[in-house]
Amino acid sequence: MKNFSGSVLFLDRSDINTDEIIPAKYLTEISKQALKPHLLEDLRLDEFNARSDIEGKRAIITRANFGCGSSREHAPWALEVNGIHLVIAESFARIFRQNMFNCGMMAIELPAETIDRIFTDFYGKETQVETNFEKNVFTLTADNHRLEVSFSMTDFDRVLVESGGWVEYADSRY
Amino acid sequence: MGKTIAEKIIEDHYIDNPHDDIHVVRLDAVLCHEITTPVAINDLVNRGKDEVFDPSKIKAVIDHVTPAKDSKTALQGKILREWALRHNIRDFFDVGRNGICHALFPEKGFIRPGYVVIMGDSHTCTLGAFGAFAAGVGTTDLEVGILKGICAFRYPATIKINITGDLPKGVYAKDVILSIISRLGVDGATNKVIEFVGPVVDNMSMEARMTLCNMAIEAGGTSGICLPDMTTVEYLWAFIKDEYASKEAALEDFVRFSSDADAAYDRIIDHDVSRLEPLVTFGYQPDQVKPVKEIEPIKVNQVYIGSCTNGRIEDLRVAAQVLTGKKISDSVRGIVVPATTDVYRQAMEEGILKIFMDSGFCVTNPTCGACLGMSTGVLAEGEVCASTTNRNFNGRMGKGGMVHLASPATAAATAIAGYITNSKLFKD
Repeated sequence: MKNFSGSVLFLDRSDINTDEIIPAKYLTEISKQALKPHLLEDLRLDEFNARSDIEGKRAIITRANFGCGSSREHAPWALEVNGIHLVIAESFARIFRQNMFNCGMMAIELPAETIDRIFTDFYGKETQVETNFEKNVFTLTADNHRLEVSFSMTDFDRVLVESGGWVEYADSRY
Repeated sequence: MGKTIAEKIIEDHYIDNPHDDIHVVRLDAVLCHEITTPVAINDLVNRGKDEVFDPSKIKAVIDHVTPAKDSKTALQGKILREWALRHNIRDFFDVGRNGICHALFPEKGFIRPGYVVIMGDSHTCTLGAFGAFAAGVGTTDLEVGILKGICAFRYPATIKINITGDLPKGVYAKDVILSIISRLGVDGATNKVIEFVGPVVDNMSMEARMTLCNMAIEAGGTSGICLPDMTTVEYLWAFIKDEYASKEAALEDFVRFSSDADAAYDRIIDHDVSRLEPLVTFGYQPDQVKPVKEIEPIKVNQVYIGSCTNGRIEDLRVAAQVLTGKKISDSVRGIVVPATTDVYRQAMEEGILKIFMDSGFCVTNPTCGACLGMSTGVLAEGEVCASTTNRNFNGRMGKGGMVHLASPATAAATAIAGYITNSKLFKD
């Protein structure tokens, strides 16, 4: 199973699309690794700098409808090769969310109030997330502040994460 | 309780219900292009599973960048081409015979009412116009589709949009779908199917229905879907005439999938288009829409007519009607991209390409091209394009470029004026 804990990157905007996560001009790459320097390159967001803010991050916390638009799995891959295997959002576009679990990564939805609370408490601070996969709990910490948030996950999503993705699961079962 | 068309199709293709509401279903076709398929092919090769579930059910096209523009796109084409060859995938379409996937595959007769199809491309929802469940997926779903002929979906909830009224002259399917996206919002149909019904849809050609369903994804929809009728049968007749004794018999077979009168919907929306005007987007999201006449005159550097949304023969005819006898503005670069080789040939035979060329348009070969900023009309920083495509995302047609989505009529009129304006086909 992949790592789902570490430093958090906050993206304070809804409807971040997959063109913003990885621009189409990089879809000509055959290797996932080649996507690494271009993650979120076209995202225009106050106080966000793709060159300096992504390094070392292991999770993204964002708002609604993350990953909308193009079906490109290059979006989760660009996250993966940067060591980011977990995205927490108010909601996801269907294809992006499925692509994440299909790659054995996690795309977890939390209620809008919880996302608001997390942004209020942690945005702008060096924040760590600790994921307890067995108990369905995220623990967020920054400075002296600590917040435990429980999350839900379908059995199917869980089995995809545990088995490493949809190819492994489907190949063993069908 | 009755069922929706999407529910009937999913149940008809049922294989397994491994968890929750996840339905693993059998696929009638797996559609492939050179951008999202090569990584799946390489992964299968690396796993020692370079196999396909059924070569007759796999269709492949090189469409996003064709002819190849550089070594990387040439390699993507090569991987797809060689894979199609070694697996005996007969329905493979290369330059000279190709076209934008969502326009080409229907034209070749690869879709039927009641089918489940996937493709590694979000606009696969276009094919729902034929009464199919057609969903865009990522490369991993595509890879499993290629290997096993299956895909997993949540049991589909459906939003029914009943499109009523009389569509005014000069207002088109593109304006209708922009008005619907504006109403639903960019995530208003996430994880749901959008079923388009009503008298306006009944009167639409298959081309117009494809324009409607094409942009279902812009509201987050899994698939757009129209109920099969005689228009569907007529479009497909050349491909199915040996399977059915008559068109009526074909229709009778297809309508078994149609939604029941007492089917349960997530939402039902009545959408009256009697007073609809030509629309244009103004921001970076396809739900940011205004009537053309309500926006400030926006100067454009480029007008792009093409794509899986609006590159079909009907679209080119409408644009040509606006352009006949006119020159486009000296300050505008006009680019028209017939969606497929057959559309190109037909436009040539009908004299439409000459009208485009006489007006000052550049006619390119069929390709996805500038719609996603790949080739044939990428914008420079600060440039503005009126486009018949489907996405106005920031950077979509080139970093720092601005895209305004509109119908072919509005785009053609804009090319002449040099700024976004209504066509003369629309009488205010």
